[in-house]
Amino acid sequence: MSVENKEFKPTIVAFCCNWCSYAGADLAGSGRMQYPADVKIIRVPCSCRVNPMFILRAFQRGADGVILCGCHPGDCHYSTGNYYTRRRMTMLFDFLDYLGIERGRTRVEWVSAAEGARFASVMNDFVKKVRDLGPNRKITDLRCKPVEKEGE
Amino acid sequence: MQKIGVFICWCGSNIAATVDVKKVAEAALREPGVVFSADYQYMCSESGQRLMKDTIKEKGLTGVVVCSCSPRMHEATFRKAAESCGLNPYMVEIANIREHCSWIHKDIEEATEKAVILMRAAVAKVNLNQSLTAGKSDVVKRALVIGGGIAGIQTALDIAEAGYEVDIVEKKPTIGGKMAELDKTFPTLDCSACILTPKMVDAAAHEKIKIYAYSEVEKVSGFVGNFTATIRKKARYVNENLCTGCGLCTEKCPSRKAPNEFNEGLNTRSAIYIPFAQAVPKLAVIDPAACIHFKTGKCGLCEKTCDAKAIDYNQKDELIERRYGAIVVATGFNVIKLDNFEEYGYAANPDVITSLELERLMNAAGPTGGTLLRPSDKTHPKKIVFVQCVGSRGQRPCDKPYCSKICCMYTAKHSMLIREKYPDTEVYVFYIDVRTPGKNFEEFYRRAVEQYGVHYIKGQVGKVAENEGKLRVYGSDLLLNEQVVIDADLVVLAAAIEPDESAKKIATMLTTSIDTNNFLTEAHPKLRPVESATAGIFLSGVCQGPKDIPETVAQASAAAVKVVGLLAKDQITCNPCVARSDELLCNGCSACEKVCPYGAISYMDKEVNDHGKREVRRLAYVNEAVCQGCGACTVACPSGAMDLKGFTNKQIMAEVDAICR
Repeated sequence: MSVENKEFKPTIVAFCCNWCSYAGADLAGSGRMQYPADVKIIRVPCSCRVNPMFILRAFQRGADGVILCGCHPGDCHYSTGNYYTRRRMTMLFDFLDYLGIERGRTRVEWVSAAEGARFASVMNDFVKKVRDLGPNRKITDLRCKPVEKEGE
Repeated sequence: MQKIGVFICWCGSNIAATVDVKKVAEAALREPGVVFSADYQYMCSESGQRLMKDTIKEKGLTGVVVCSCSPRMHEATFRKAAESCGLNPYMVEIANIREHCSWIHKDIEEATEKAVILMRAAVAKVNLNQSLTAGKSDVVKRALVIGGGIAGIQTALDIAEAGYEVDIVEKKPTIGGKMAELDKTFPTLDCSACILTPKMVDAAAHEKIKIYAYSEVEKVSGFVGNFTATIRKKARYVNENLCTGCGLCTEKCPSRKAPNEFNEGLNTRSAIYIPFAQAVPKLAVIDPAACIHFKTGKCGLCEKTCDAKAIDYNQKDELIERRYGAIVVATGFNVIKLDNFEEYGYAANPDVITSLELERLMNAAGPTGGTLLRPSDKTHPKKIVFVQCVGSRGQRPCDKPYCSKICCMYTAKHSMLIREKYPDTEVYVFYIDVRTPGKNFEEFYRRAVEQYGVHYIKGQVGKVAENEGKLRVYGSDLLLNEQVVIDADLVVLAAAIEPDESAKKIATMLTTSIDTNNFLTEAHPKLRPVESATAGIFLSGVCQGPKDIPETVAQASAAAVKVVGLLAKDQITCNPCVARSDELLCNGCSACEKVCPYGAISYMDKEVNDHGKREVRRLAYVNEAVCQGCGACTVACPSGAMDLKGFTNKQIMAEVDAICR
């Protein structure tokens, strides 16, 4: 199991709001701050644009972790969007945990446009946690996964 | 089916050194809808854009993916290029393979694999893109400047000179800001008041400028071109239209114990006061915390004295609502509080002062009439020690990590002025580095050392302790590697500067971002230094980062040009990525209306044709001019009727699928 974990490259979807976190990720890039390539970012206007459906879909399609990043509470570009995110995701993540998608696989983080270093450290930490948890097998639609990745 | 062209940028070696661009181009051709792919050294260059435009025309592309730097950088560039050859700009998507890939990964294989996935997600999105048409909205031809220091004044003057109305909102009773407190300015040593006060008068006299002094912006709503601000005009208890600024009331006022803010608390003022002689507007104001009438209901001397009958104890705060096309933040700075710096004994010893206090002690309009006297015993200091970087460039929690930028130069100025006026006074400066990057700055500093004989000691001060009426300064000389002890008469601390405490609140109000030090963040550090990331909000002066007067004025004028550029337009293009409700799915439940932060959603009764069944239903209606496209409603909608153009459910799902494939 441990050998398998070392080679395990998780698929991680990161939803970043356009105004703070996506810019924070850009800043991490311009600062050449390293974090694992497992993280793939999807740009959304605001973290509150992320429909729980997208997260379910990601896990169903084989994602091993999903992280949402938004502006710090009080600093939302749209005033209140991240408050909705916080509420919705608290409920959704509890529900996912109940279904067997561990809390370590889901996360909401606030990263401002000036926090490039924080973005990188958040991603490093999250990837490490997901790697420790191993592949998500719980609600993955097996039909979506290539044969070689499964059933060894 | 779309016909998509994929263009992979090398960005010189920025991308190509870590990402195998040829491989990405090959992989692109295997994606659905992709009919063309190419890699090119610089896609943003003129020839790169031409390649894209020519291909759009030749291949009849209906969609474009550019794999390059962040969309925050060049999305607009490529969309404009597409538009110029007839392709709807919103059919162009960017895959960010520089900031989010090549710059953060070292392994070529890993980075290439990730770049392919990012490209794939962008292609999946473009496959579902639809042409979008942006609406237009009118521009209110008036600007709001928050803060009336030199930054705000300069910005307002430049905007007004271009022919547009400007309102300055200043929270203090007078405009002028920190510069009004200064004595001389480096590196020319010209008198601060002589260059500032004419500008204050110009601003007040300008027919296009309206000054709301002693006022604060309380609320801002709206969007670029069409903001509405609520300004709280605080009660002065003096009728502005009647007060002549004669100052008789301030002389008669029996309550004289309030600390004088303009003199940094070095002396006191009366309860009814005019901040300083050249104040603009020159009007008296009553400080109710100090006024005997407000505390006991008695006195009323000022009312009896005032021939103009301007005193109005019953005046109330006034709320004013004004519309603006653009807003400039010029909230400036403050010197940090030194309570946590016990080693310097600032709180315990009146003769340990900040540099701003020294400015007042040397200013002819200051508490000592310009004669440098120790605050404790009013004697001439014979030995003065300046301590640099107090709270700047430090690692402790009470320190600021940044360089305050102005201290090296103003300390050189202070030491020079002191040596000029009092040649028998010895001046020592403890410094970490002397930073003089500016026109004539190094020459200025050299003059302080060579011509005026100021003793510069490279090293820090560990402790300042009182010793028989003097201040014993314990420091180190790093060049001689020895301890230094100086018995000084006066110690001047070059305290760090920080953004005014209002900056955070104002940033939140304007939904623009601030950094960890509460400085407002510019849209791009190099290419858009005076704009915030929020359209229509501009930055002027130290609220954006430490800077001296010449830089502040330059930035203030730059911000003014940006504002004028915006106000010169009659209409601006709106963001077409707004919410849209599907009439057949909407059940009129109001869930979307409740979460909309802009009040963009309303309801109307409309006849719909639901698969042949005609009926009148209550439906959500999005006002596209007001919607800012956050997407909160799309998630709140229980029936899935609400969607966001440009970021539709299907598009984002397609991206998720492409990444998790």
